[in-house]
Amino acid sequence: MLKYILKRILMVIPVLLGVTVIIFMITRVLASDPAPVVLGEHATPEAMEAWRADNGLDDPLWLQYVNFIAGAVQGDLGTSYYTHQPVTQEIAARFPATAELAVCAIIVASLLGVALGVLAAVRRNKLADNVSMVVALVGVSMPIFWSGILLILLFSGILHVLPSSGRVSPLLQPTGGTGFFILDTIMRGDWTALGDVLVHLILPTLALSLYSMAIITRMTRSSMIETLSADYIRTARAKGLSKGAVNIKHALRNAMLPISTVIGLQFGSLLGGALLTETVFAWPGIGKFAVDCVLKSDFPVVQGIVLLVAVIFVIMNLVVDIVYAYLDPRIKYGAKEEG
Amino acid sequence: MLLSVKNLSTEFPVKKGIVRAVEDVSFDVDAGEILAIVGESGSGKSVTSLSVMGLLAEPGRVAAGSMEFEGRDLATLSEKDYRELRGNDMAMIFQEPMTSLNPVYRVGKQIVEAIRTHEKVSKKEARERAIDLLRKVGIPSPEKRIDDYPHQMSGGMRQRVMIAMALACNPKLLIADEPTTALDVTIQAQILDLLRRLRDDTGMAVLLITHDLGVVSETADRVVVMYCGQVVEEAEVRALFDHPMHPYTLGLLKSIPRLEDDDTKRLYMIKGMVPNPLEMPPGCHFSDRCDSCMDICRTQMPKLVDAGGRKVRCFLYEDADGHVKSDAAIAEAEAEAVADAEAAREVETAEALLAGEEIREAELEELGKDEEGIR
Amino acid sequence: MSMAKNKLLATEPAPSGEALLGGKPAGASKERRVSVWKDVLAGIVSNKAALASAIFILLLAAIALVTKFFPQVLPYDPYAQNLSESLLGPSAQHWFGTDIQGRDIFCRVLVGTQITLTVGLAAVAISLFAGVLLGSVAGYKGGKWDTVIMRVMDMMLSIPSILLAIAIMAALGPGIEKAVVAIGLVAIPEYARIVRSEILSIKENDYVAAARVIGDSNAKIVFKHVLPNVLPSIIVRATLGISTAILDAAALGFLGLGVQPPAAEWGDMLGRGRNELFRAPWLMIFPGLAITLTVLAFNLLGDGIRDGLDPKARKR
Repeated sequence: MLKYILKRILMVIPVLLGVTVIIFMITRVLASDPAPVVLGEHATPEAMEAWRADNGLDDPLWLQYVNFIAGAVQGDLGTSYYTHQPVTQEIAARFPATAELAVCAIIVASLLGVALGVLAAVRRNKLADNVSMVVALVGVSMPIFWSGILLILLFSGILHVLPSSGRVSPLLQPTGGTGFFILDTIMRGDWTALGDVLVHLILPTLALSLYSMAIITRMTRSSMIETLSADYIRTARAKGLSKGAVNIKHALRNAMLPISTVIGLQFGSLLGGALLTETVFAWPGIGKFAVDCVLKSDFPVVQGIVLLVAVIFVIMNLVVDIVYAYLDPRIKYGAKEEG
Repeated sequence: MLLSVKNLSTEFPVKKGIVRAVEDVSFDVDAGEILAIVGESGSGKSVTSLSVMGLLAEPGRVAAGSMEFEGRDLATLSEKDYRELRGNDMAMIFQEPMTSLNPVYRVGKQIVEAIRTHEKVSKKEARERAIDLLRKVGIPSPEKRIDDYPHQMSGGMRQRVMIAMALACNPKLLIADEPTTALDVTIQAQILDLLRRLRDDTGMAVLLITHDLGVVSETADRVVVMYCGQVVEEAEVRALFDHPMHPYTLGLLKSIPRLEDDDTKRLYMIKGMVPNPLEMPPGCHFSDRCDSCMDICRTQMPKLVDAGGRKVRCFLYEDADGHVKSDAAIAEAEAEAVADAEAAREVETAEALLAGEEIREAELEELGKDEEGIR
Repeated sequence: MSMAKNKLLATEPAPSGEALLGGKPAGASKERRVSVWKDVLAGIVSNKAALASAIFILLLAAIALVTKFFPQVLPYDPYAQNLSESLLGPSAQHWFGTDIQGRDIFCRVLVGTQITLTVGLAAVAISLFAGVLLGSVAGYKGGKWDTVIMRVMDMMLSIPSILLAIAIMAALGPGIEKAVVAIGLVAIPEYARIVRSEILSIKENDYVAAARVIGDSNAKIVFKHVLPNVLPSIIVRATLGISTAILDAAALGFLGLGVQPPAAEWGDMLGRGRNELFRAPWLMIFPGLAITLTVLAFNLLGDGIRDGLDPKARKR
């Protein structure tokens, strides 16, 4: 098992290198010169020249890349063209906001998605099934930013019950700490602030989780339907087990195998969705930051964020594989070596 | 009498109508008896057993009839009472040992689950019993194998585990649905042997569902033959094999290859195909395929009648009102059926020769077309 | 139901997904191709939701064509500013209201079908072409080709596609053709993966071996025997891919990376209306509804086609 994990970790490295190549190609080869964007159209050619030299942009491409990798290995992703702060610092300041949102969203999406999917499969072709399937279908068809806007319109604009933007009311903002406001407020025992943080989380979490929830619902339903027709389900019923025990202990436990893979993949897609959700809800995370930096050609930051997201995605895949192996003894005990 | 099934009908509503998978089926199982139900796939034998267990898949339903187990009518049982019966007094094993065990749990856990569903015993005690059960069904070093996952076992071993699980609460009736079909021939014999031995030791009754007459002759005490959802013949096993009465049973027996067969003759085959359950022929379900078919068979359904200690559903042995014929007439009819089948084989042999020619010609033609297509 | 039915009809050959796996004898590829489209049609017609979606999509296409070539049918010029009519709510004159520049939103939503359908189809065409090509090479050639191509695809997959598309857009600069390229590029890996895995399973079939024995060239085998069998999964994927492409395009538009003003694009309309959300919610509701319905239609159509092509999926 340990060997399997180590092997998987080693396989991650070339993928990450490849990601850096792709993003490097996009920002340094495909993109036009950032100098006029950063310095303004009216900057003198000399100023632009000097700026390019400062940022290492007149080095040969391969050297730029080697420098970037050499820095990245030591945790140095360069400095922002605008704030002149280290990219790692800029990202670190905003990452907790995104992580908090994404984790909440994936939890909500998984719980609701699995529950709805199981319900749909167990009550197949009945009302609950049809309702779940319509919800799931609408969920995958709504643009993620539009569902966010509708939620704001309803809960902030019409009902005035939930805030439409930000992570926390300005006066209650926890300072210092981890940057994960839920953790920070709990550790400090500041329950008013925790409540405020949670209230701010509701709408963005809902908006962000809707799409993933829909995907997980569909996957759970079809996976459950498949396992429910398996021979071992009949065996379990022949033993005299109750319907609930059969559905949960025997069917869902097996159906979770493909579902766990989908949940892992959805976490990656959530990070993409966070770009839009954060923009809609003025959420101060790396998603909104990425959009801002892309729009003003702040390439070092863009590179850093893409790299970070890719690392998270790859780690999530690794976690999913390990969970999968844990859930499926046929892998753990080597019946099917290497899928 | 342990189990008494009377006039059972089971239906499956499908888009194009209602499929009557089991029609008016009656049989009894005595304590300690091995009763075999034989038939082709589609004959309703599995559906019969699932009806008894209350495990019909949606949207199947028992439409009529009664099933009494130890005097209690199963049809009126609440779901909870049924559950208490299942796996406890009435257990079942299935055709596919490879897929009948849950792949993500150790076999021991699955047996323990069966015990603890019905009896309040500690986990440790249940595990001890599971080991005993595994030993009883002939699994070597059971204290080790109990922690195996199903995929670590062979098909034969898994079927033994299934049997151990079924025996967990000392059932009075074990329903075995094609228990050996998926196994190698040598393993088949072992499993059948095991079933018989367990019956002798524990006195449980076995309802053996199979399509394999070889299995029946080796294992069963009594046989029920089913065709298209109906019982067509029922007899003691020796009587059935020595004197098959129904033309269908006769056909089944004749289509088993034997060493003493004349090689120049073709193997007997029952002609035609099992009819579509939605388009049954009027009259006897078997009429279209029967070598001894008479006019009445095409218009009227024969009844299952008693004929000297056995039952049969065929107009060779009964009159139009469903009264059984005299012994002499029966003997005559039996001989007639045998002669009809023999004649059919002769015709079949000749036709097969002709058909063979045609097929070969068609194939040649097809081949020519393909060549053109590729070019 | 399915279980019971299978049991009952077990004597008949089960109508399995064999067709999808290409379990057909040699020389059947041409008929297959015809029957695939027949199945597609059958899938659409036999499924009410898919049929309604197909009609809806045809209607959208008609709207796009009519507004493109006969713009005079529109009651208002969708591009001309009329500040005196700024931000009017929905009414008999302006069904969907007007935007901040006083343009009729109903007309702009209608005209928006042009860009949305074009982007959806063009982007899918790009990913389809590149994905099928790369997937076929990887699956058919195997070995190093396979490793290299699929590794690159893995790398692309480990960046969320919308982030990648935004980065590409930022590099290329705004413009609808560029959005098409960006959206098309990021979806390539999905198609490549599907084609590759299908080809791997088909490659081992006897009729491919037979073709090889006859001495057909690789290209001929791929085009005559392998690709036709991959077709069903590609058709389904491409239909569903149009929805993804439309969603991605809307997202780019929303972020201000899509069209240039005054072009009418649904995502762009949403993005520009965002500041007036509470004052003029109709700016957000109608374009969003248009996107959702269109995407929904392609999703339903894709589901219907899949059911038509794979009878096994219908049960689910």
